[in-house]
Amino acid sequence: MTAGDRSYGAMELMICLAARYLEDGSTVVVGTGAPCAAAMLAQRTAAPNLMVLFEAGGMGPLLPSMPISVGDSRTFFKGLAAASMPEIMEACQRGMVDYTFLGGAQIDMYGNLNSTCIGDWEKPRVRMPGSGGANDLASLCWRTMMIAPQDPRRFVAKLDFMTTPGYLTGPGARERAGLPPGTGPYKVITQLAVFGFHPDTLRMQVESMHPGVTRDMIMAATGFEPGWAHEVKVSRPPEPSELEILRDEVDPLRYIIGRS
Amino acid sequence: MEENRVSAGSAGDCRCGGLPGDSRLFMSPDVNAAREFFRNKSRRMTSKLTTAREAVARLVQDGDYLAVGGFGVDRIPTILLHEVVRQGRKQLGLSGHTATHDCQILAAGNCFDRCDVAYVVGLEARGLSRNARRIFESGRVAVTEWSNGALAWRYRAAAMGVPFLPARVMFGTDTARRSAAREITCPFTGIRLAALPALFPDVALIHVHRADVYGNCQIDGILVSDVDVARAAKRVIVSAERIIANEEIRREPARTMIPYFCVDAVVEAPYGGYPGNTAYEYFSDEDHLQAWLKAEEDPTAFAEFLRYYILETPDFPAYIERCGGLRRLQELRWMEHFPGRGGDLP
Repeated sequence: MTAGDRSYGAMELMICLAARYLEDGSTVVVGTGAPCAAAMLAQRTAAPNLMVLFEAGGMGPLLPSMPISVGDSRTFFKGLAAASMPEIMEACQRGMVDYTFLGGAQIDMYGNLNSTCIGDWEKPRVRMPGSGGANDLASLCWRTMMIAPQDPRRFVAKLDFMTTPGYLTGPGARERAGLPPGTGPYKVITQLAVFGFHPDTLRMQVESMHPGVTRDMIMAATGFEPGWAHEVKVSRPPEPSELEILRDEVDPLRYIIGRS
Repeated sequence: MEENRVSAGSAGDCRCGGLPGDSRLFMSPDVNAAREFFRNKSRRMTSKLTTAREAVARLVQDGDYLAVGGFGVDRIPTILLHEVVRQGRKQLGLSGHTATHDCQILAAGNCFDRCDVAYVVGLEARGLSRNARRIFESGRVAVTEWSNGALAWRYRAAAMGVPFLPARVMFGTDTARRSAAREITCPFTGIRLAALPALFPDVALIHVHRADVYGNCQIDGILVSDVDVARAAKRVIVSAERIIANEEIRREPARTMIPYFCVDAVVEAPYGGYPGNTAYEYFSDEDHLQAWLKAEEDPTAFAEFLRYYILETPDFPAYIERCGGLRRLQELRWMEHFPGRGGDLP
C-alpha cells in the first residue's frame, strides 16, 4: 500500500490504531519499536494511566525517548520500579497483565507465531532468535496484540515452527494444552487491515480495512483464507492530534514511523 | 550431559501440550549433588579481587556451561566475555537467556557447542548477527528450546535448591516439543503444569555497578535474572564498575543483591559493559554495535575485525581505546544522563 496523497504513513496508521485498543488503567507488556510507540501514544491520548511494563524488569517509566533494547535504561527511566524478569513474568502468570504486543516472521490463521526458524528445525535454512519472552507473554497475558507487516510469506497457512501460542488448532485447544483459560490473541494490525478472531472458530477475520484497501488486496497478501466480520468497517484514520503527538513527542527522530 | 528420561507426567493421555520435550537436558537438576558442591564452596570473606585474565583462566574451563548476566546488551560483562574469546575457550555450553551481543561475542570466538535457547542470534531491533546465525545453522551447536521466562524460572529453581519449578508457559507449541521440560499435574488443583528443571550453570559472568573485594554486589536499575543466576551458578565471576569499601556495603545492606559467598572472583572493570548500556553510567554504543553487524557480512573482514578489536588487544582498556576511548565514553555518558532526543543538550 502506498500512502498516496494521504497525510500519514502506513506505520503511523498502524500505531494509532493499536494505541486506541489500550484501555486506560490497564497494564501492557511491550517490546521496542511500534508496540512501544503505540503505548506511548495511548498514554498521551486516551489512556494516561496505562501501565507499561518491559519483560527485563522495567515498570511504569516516563519514557524520555524510544528504548532501543527491552532492557535498556529508558525502560525504567523515572519508573515506578526497576524490577526483574521473574517479577514481570510472574505478574503475567498471576493474571495482572491485560495486554501484550508481539511480532514474528510468520503468523497463521489462529494467531500462532514463528520466530524460531525458517525450514526444518533440525537443519534450519534461517535460524531466528527463538521465543524470547514471546511464548511466556502470549501464554499468560489476557490479550495478545500483534503489529505485523502483511504479505503471503508472513501470513501463512502453516508455520515452519510454532514458537508462540495463538489459538493453537482452534476452539478449546489452548485450555486442552494446559494454557490459562480466557487468554489468547485479540487483534492483529497490519498495513492493510485490523483483524480480530471469530468468536466461534477463533480464526483470524478482517474487522476493518484501512482507507483505500480492497478485499482483493487483503486476499493477495494472505497465505490462508481470511475470514470477514459480519460488518467490515473502514479503519478510522489518525486524527491530526494523534499524528502531532506521535511525530513531535513519541518518535521525533522517526526511528519507527520513518520506516513506512 | 545427563539424560535420565522417565515416563511422562500424569496428566492423562492428551499430548497436545507438547510435553515432555524431546531435546537434550544439558545440565542435571540434581539438587543433592548441587548441595554437595555448595557445601564445599568457601564461605571465607577474603579478597577475591583479581584481573579478568586471571579470573577467566582459573574459573572458566573448556566444556563448562556458561550463564551471562544482564540483558544481552544491557549491563553485560563484556570485559569477561572478551577474555573468554581471547583465551580460546571451546565446547562451552551456553544459556541463551536474553542473549544478544553476549551471544554474538561468544559466537565470534566459536566458544560454544550447545545452547539452551530462549533468545539468540538477534540484537533486538538492530538486526540479526550473521555470524551467530551461520554457527546455529551449521548444525554444530546442539539446541534445546525454551522461553526467556522458562530459563528465568530454571535459574530460580536452582537458586531455591529445588529440582524444578512449575509454570504455565510453552504449552501447545513446538517450543515445548523441542524443549527438555516435562509435564506434571498439580496435586491440589489438577491443572497441567510445565516442570522446568533447575539450571545450575558451571560458571556465571555478571556485571554490576559496585562490589567490595569480597564480592558483595550492588546493582542499580533492573535486575533481569541476575539475583537468581548468581545463586544458581557453581562459580561466579563479577565485573564491577567500581570497587567500594566493605563499609559502603554495610551502610546500606538492603542494597546487596549478591552476597559475597556466591562470588569467586571480583574484577574492577570501569566501562566493563561497553558497548552495552549500563544504567546510570553510559548508554550503548549503537555505532559500534552496527560496526559489528556490518563486519559480519564478510567473513574475511570479520576475521580482521575480531583480530583488531579482541584477539590482538591485550586487555579491555585497549579495546575501548580502539573504539574511541575517553571521548566516546563521555558521549555515551551524556546520552545516558540526558536521554531526550538522542542525547542532545538538556
